[in-house]
Amino acid sequence: MEFKISNRAKLVTLSLIVVGALFTLIGAFTMEEHGLQRFLASSLTNSFFFFAIGLLALFFLALQYATETAWYVSVKRMIEAVAGYLPYGILFLIITLGVITLYDGAHIYIWMDPEYTNPSSHHYDAIIDGKSAYLNKGFFWIRTVAYLATYYLFYLGFRKRSLEEDRVGGTAIHFKNYKKGATFLVFFAVFSSTQTWDWIMSIDVHWFSTLFGWYVFAGMWCSAMVVIILVTLYLKRLGYLPRVNDSHIHDIGKWIFATSFLWSYMWFSQFMLIWYANMPEEVTYYIARIEDYKLMYFGMFIVNFAFPMLILMSRDAKRNAGILSFVGLIILAGHWMDVYLMVTVGSMGPTSHFGLLELGMPLLILGFFIRVILLNLSKAPLTPVNHPYLDESIHHEI
Amino acid sequence: MHKEAAIREPLILGHKTYHDITEDICRPIEDKAPRMWYILFSIALIIGLYGVGCILYLLGTGIGVWGLNKTVNWAWDITNFVWWVGIGHAGTLISAVLLLFRQRWRMAINRSAEAMTIFAVFMAGIFPLIHMGRLWMGYFVFPLPNQFGSLWVNFNSPLLWDVFAISTYLSVGFVFWYIGLIPDFATLRDRAKKPVSKKMYSILSFGWSGRAKHWNRFELVSLVLAGLATPLVFSVHSIVSFDFATSVIPGWHTTIFPPYFVAGAVFSGFAMVQTLMLIMRKAMNLEAYIHTRHVEYMNIVIMVTGSIVGTAYITELFISWYSGVEYEGYAFFNRATGPYWWAYWSMMTCNVISPQLMWFRKLRRSLLFTFIISIVVNIGMWFERYVIIVTSLHRDYLPSAWSMHYPSNIDIGIYVGTIGLFFVFFLLFARFFPVLPIAELKTILKISGESYKNAPDHHHGHDDHGHGHHAHAEEKHTAPAAPKAEEHTSEAPSSDESNEENKSEEGTTDSEEK
Repeated sequence: MEFKISNRAKLVTLSLIVVGALFTLIGAFTMEEHGLQRFLASSLTNSFFFFAIGLLALFFLALQYATETAWYVSVKRMIEAVAGYLPYGILFLIITLGVITLYDGAHIYIWMDPEYTNPSSHHYDAIIDGKSAYLNKGFFWIRTVAYLATYYLFYLGFRKRSLEEDRVGGTAIHFKNYKKGATFLVFFAVFSSTQTWDWIMSIDVHWFSTLFGWYVFAGMWCSAMVVIILVTLYLKRLGYLPRVNDSHIHDIGKWIFATSFLWSYMWFSQFMLIWYANMPEEVTYYIARIEDYKLMYFGMFIVNFAFPMLILMSRDAKRNAGILSFVGLIILAGHWMDVYLMVTVGSMGPTSHFGLLELGMPLLILGFFIRVILLNLSKAPLTPVNHPYLDESIHHEI
Repeated sequence: MHKEAAIREPLILGHKTYHDITEDICRPIEDKAPRMWYILFSIALIIGLYGVGCILYLLGTGIGVWGLNKTVNWAWDITNFVWWVGIGHAGTLISAVLLLFRQRWRMAINRSAEAMTIFAVFMAGIFPLIHMGRLWMGYFVFPLPNQFGSLWVNFNSPLLWDVFAISTYLSVGFVFWYIGLIPDFATLRDRAKKPVSKKMYSILSFGWSGRAKHWNRFELVSLVLAGLATPLVFSVHSIVSFDFATSVIPGWHTTIFPPYFVAGAVFSGFAMVQTLMLIMRKAMNLEAYIHTRHVEYMNIVIMVTGSIVGTAYITELFISWYSGVEYEGYAFFNRATGPYWWAYWSMMTCNVISPQLMWFRKLRRSLLFTFIISIVVNIGMWFERYVIIVTSLHRDYLPSAWSMHYPSNIDIGIYVGTIGLFFVFFLLFARFFPVLPIAELKTILKISGESYKNAPDHHHGHDDHGHGHHAHAEEKHTAPAAPKAEEHTSEAPSSDESNEENKSEEGTTDSEEK
């Protein structure tokens, strides 16, 4: 069945973009201090958050290929549509990182500022200098380009073969996807950690945590699953997906439940060990967040952990569109908050404000993000017709 | 109704009926044990008894008989403990996590893997107990009221959390395993001819009658236990990792430890399952149920978890430099180039490089190769714990306190002894318990049995297919002939006739899928 974007959806996404842009502009022009830094921190938060949702949707797709999963086939196009935001996500991320680099880190990546690694400067920081073999503009960009190019190429390949399978059929494409999916996971296993060190951990440049990459990965995976289910529920409500039954919804619901636990487990592991050992070089990260943003920080954790745990525990809840959307939207906001606290607090410290700018920019990108997803959906049949596991997926019942 | 795509390899090879499954699994238990069993059992028992002897010597003489010293005050004892707990991770993962992921192939291996888990946890439990020196004071690990004595447990210590985590894990794992066994014990009871075994199995089967009500409760309990067991898979080894990571010793304190220990545990647990299954399928003629595809799946799990562990090693290594903390950097530099370099590089070779060979389809489908790698992995995982523990301790903060650890004969004797005891338990299990879940296997027969699934007209009546199937299945997979696959996407006709007899098993299918 072909999907057409309704006028209402067009209006809603457009108004999100307009309102978001307006808020962003007003916010940007009324800022008093740290203007550029604040703008770029907000830009990094949002370009990373939405990029990562697209990326994790691509990861999830690759995971389904590599594990020869069947149930997901009925919702495959929804996953692809979310992953289809990736090219735009990459673009925004490159622009943001590019501007930050041009301004020598703009006080976000202070290691980009040559003052900090210059022994004769009074800003000289031996620890930052010690990291400069890894944290320097050139190598940072080599890595960034390597990650983004890899993701982009894999995305193009997956999408191309998926559409080709609709036309050609057979099993050759399926087996190729199996191999490509596994290959993607290998790259992803390395890049998902290193990109997080580069783009986020290096904001708190003195701080380090071996788990950090996996922690961010888990949170973004959960967000991607939420977006996938929201898209699916939206289409289902419009009557588009006759072949997606309660069991498919239930299964995505289980993924949200599971990834929420995974994220909470990672959060706890990292927090617990750092809190227990109480070493000065490690606790700085939490002290910065707890002293100035206590409510937001622990509130974010409680929401992201307790909401899905308590509400999505029962079988019926995972089959109920209303409950799923309610929990999904809340934890999506919760995970956004998590990224906000990583980036903004890391770069601005206690001086950050949550103003029109911080509200406007996510709305702007969200509107664009939804529009791109809907556009992607309208470009291909909503159910892949020739997938070898299609029959298994249609008969999915749990 | 459940369908399985035609391009998937069948999980039960050849033409089997429900009765065949019962026969194939019960016969090795009902027949006389083969000579080989007695030989293996005697060897394991002798080694086990030697271990018990070493333990008694230790208890009589004191902890000083171990090769510990003031600097390296924790070595083989904790290494062996963590090693066994790690091995004891596969069973619950297979029964709980793979159940949630609806992996039907797990049914061929879950029973033995769960049994193995329980025995491995027993072996793990020995070490903290004997480390107390006074075994009879073992109950002191529980938070008993002060009236029992003047000592109260230290709630701040991850070692105490270990007590809670592992005892919970053992109890839930045991109950889960036992619940699954009940219907199969009833099958054995109904078939038993000798009064003694009839009596024994009838006690073990708790009066199971196979009524719908019984199945219903069976399902409910299985589901609840699966839900409980899943977080336990994560909690146990996370807390074991806390034993080290909550400290401030360089090389121990790193935040990646909990998930990486869990991955490592699953890695070593699956390797042990491979080692045992490859012998068992051959010895008990279960090749139709545990075949190349199952081995391949397990090898993939080993490869993935091995890669996670490898990624974590490299992450630790990198961050130890990146952090700029020189003690941390030195700990890792010393691991790789210090006096224990051989342990470090054995660990790296066994755990990081060897599982990568599983990327080659030929290798991961080779039974001999798999067997070798499964042992290599467990050697590597032993070294991993040894490296983490001993290399971090042996360079104390003051160079005057630097030292080396040399195991004593008692260290070695106890460790080898636990391997013997483990095999004693496992061999007894294989002799008297149904090693595959009879009832559960029956639920997948019509979905994934070779003769029902792919070519119903072809295979009926060819009972003598036996070994030819490996090659057959292989061909089909490597050269995915599209037209053939499409021909059979529609369900095999035979499943309709079987619906009636399937009724009694239907309940089990449901739990599997929930």
